[in-house]
Amino acid sequence: MNLSKFFKNAFLVMLACLVLSACATKKVQNQMQGDVYTGTETVEYLASGVPDRVFFATNESVLTTASRDTLRKQAEWLRKNSKINVVLEGHADERGTREYNLALGERRANAAKDYLMTYGISANRISVISYGKERPVDSGSNPLAWSKNRRSVTVKAN
Amino acid sequence: MIKKIKLSIILLIIATAQSNALIEVDITRGNLDPLPIAVSPLSADKDTNVKLTKELKIDKVGHEISSVVENNLRNSGLFNPLNKDAFLQKPNIAHLKPRFEDWSLIKAQALITGKVTLKDEKLRVEFRLWDVLAGKEMMALAFTTVPSNWRRVGHIITDKVYERLTGEKGYFDTRIIYVAEEGPKTKRIKKLAIMDQDGSNTKYLTLGNELVLTPRFNPTNQMVTYLSYFRNLPRVYLLDIETGIQEVVGDFPGMTFAPRFSPDGKKIIMSFAMDGNSDIYTMNLENRIVERITNHPSIDTSPSYSPDGKYICFNSDRSGYQQIYVMKADGSKVKRISFGKGLYGTPVWSPRGDLIAFTKLHKGKFYIGVMRTDGTGERLLTENFYQEAPSWSPNGRVLIFYRETKTDSEGKGFSAKLWSIDLTGYNERMVKTESDASDPSWSSLLSN
Repeated sequence: MNLSKFFKNAFLVMLACLVLSACATKKVQNQMQGDVYTGTETVEYLASGVPDRVFFATNESVLTTASRDTLRKQAEWLRKNSKINVVLEGHADERGTREYNLALGERRANAAKDYLMTYGISANRISVISYGKERPVDSGSNPLAWSKNRRSVTVKAN
Repeated sequence: MIKKIKLSIILLIIATAQSNALIEVDITRGNLDPLPIAVSPLSADKDTNVKLTKELKIDKVGHEISSVVENNLRNSGLFNPLNKDAFLQKPNIAHLKPRFEDWSLIKAQALITGKVTLKDEKLRVEFRLWDVLAGKEMMALAFTTVPSNWRRVGHIITDKVYERLTGEKGYFDTRIIYVAEEGPKTKRIKKLAIMDQDGSNTKYLTLGNELVLTPRFNPTNQMVTYLSYFRNLPRVYLLDIETGIQEVVGDFPGMTFAPRFSPDGKKIIMSFAMDGNSDIYTMNLENRIVERITNHPSIDTSPSYSPDGKYICFNSDRSGYQQIYVMKADGSKVKRISFGKGLYGTPVWSPRGDLIAFTKLHKGKFYIGVMRTDGTGERLLTENFYQEAPSWSPNGRVLIFYRETKTDSEGKGFSAKLWSIDLTGYNERMVKTESDASDPSWSSLLSN
């Protein structure tokens, strides 16, 4: 009796371990779509429900569907708070040459700026700066870390 | 900020019969067979030693100068400096007349001897280069300078010996400007730093209050152009090393970056990003006239002039990915030259004009390589997890670049270091720096 209870408990523990570890791997997979970061780990909020950043694929500055959704929320928040100006900070991952990455960060931040402008935010409320690969948020050397670092972050300027 | 680089080194050529030397060093091959050379410590009389020890805070300046020479020769990969313990002849006697049998016994093929004296507060250094096999003097020179220049004397001696034995100019009396790095990867502090080619005499040119990147010398080594994030406005700056005065280059309404001087030093060529698109521009430093060189919706960056100033190589992703292009200096006749597998960046034209060095990314590895200026003859010199931004030694024999390490799963273990490698692909070595370092740029020869 005792023995079978022991096995039963052990089985439950093992099952819990399996479920947990499955969750762990699933979580990593769920944080990236293709090589674009879709997680929330590094994301901060400009206001409730308004994420501050969008993410990009390697070497790309094209806005994903999720990025456009985020930027529309930012545009709405900016329309409601017409006295707030923002800086868009464009970044690249560490897997590229320094000078090209400066240009790439600039291109990414401008892609975000252009989208905000199409939603009615005036260009003179938005400034842009590229940090290239100089300011990663994640110091890891792995695809997930790199995906978090390929980003454009909207920061309040005043 | 830094004392004048230029300094008076008076050079005297001691009468020497140009002998038909038996020894010469073939530099077209790798360092397969470095030339055995004996660098005898330079001799000095007691009085000179006592005075110099007091002034320079080093014992035996003659020994120190010979160590500088020895270290340079070893690092070149072309010479094998022999162990001083095996030397039989005293330095002062060898300098007058070597006993060639003794030196050939320890397998030396060449011998350097010398003498240091102090006269009227000036350091006088003479040295001779001997062909041990032929039993002849090959060269004899003397320098007079202020004592604090003793390391430079060692570099100049090395340049003279290198030139006499290889038939090409040396690269030892030179400096490296680079970015000194410290702190965590996410908040790196970066300062401009300058040092002798062998890693000595490091001086910091900025304090680290703002991010600085990609410094490059002008042809006379008096000025440096670099990118600074001063007041959070990334712009190309010009720094006068002698006076420490910094000024922003031009009046651009957006980020300027990737600067280099033209070969005559009169222009700065750089990228300017407008509405997210980077194109190449020049600014004439004399009349401040700005010229647009490329006009393309792709990223155009990392421009570098050919040594005659007639062409520019640069990096563009107009084909969809980063590749290397060459055009005429006015922006016409743009031609893609890189067609291998992978991405290509940071092209830099060799001082001899025949090659372009680059960084290549292929299948997750970074390479430093060279190709001819028409894109043929691609040769990859070194492969690593991350490395980029080669800069040529003034004689076009050696490339210096920086390398970063992969961090572990916790994001720890990051480092950035300077490395050098011969054009042959041999003789890869780390260049010592006081701190982590990146973005090296080699000066031209300080003395000629």
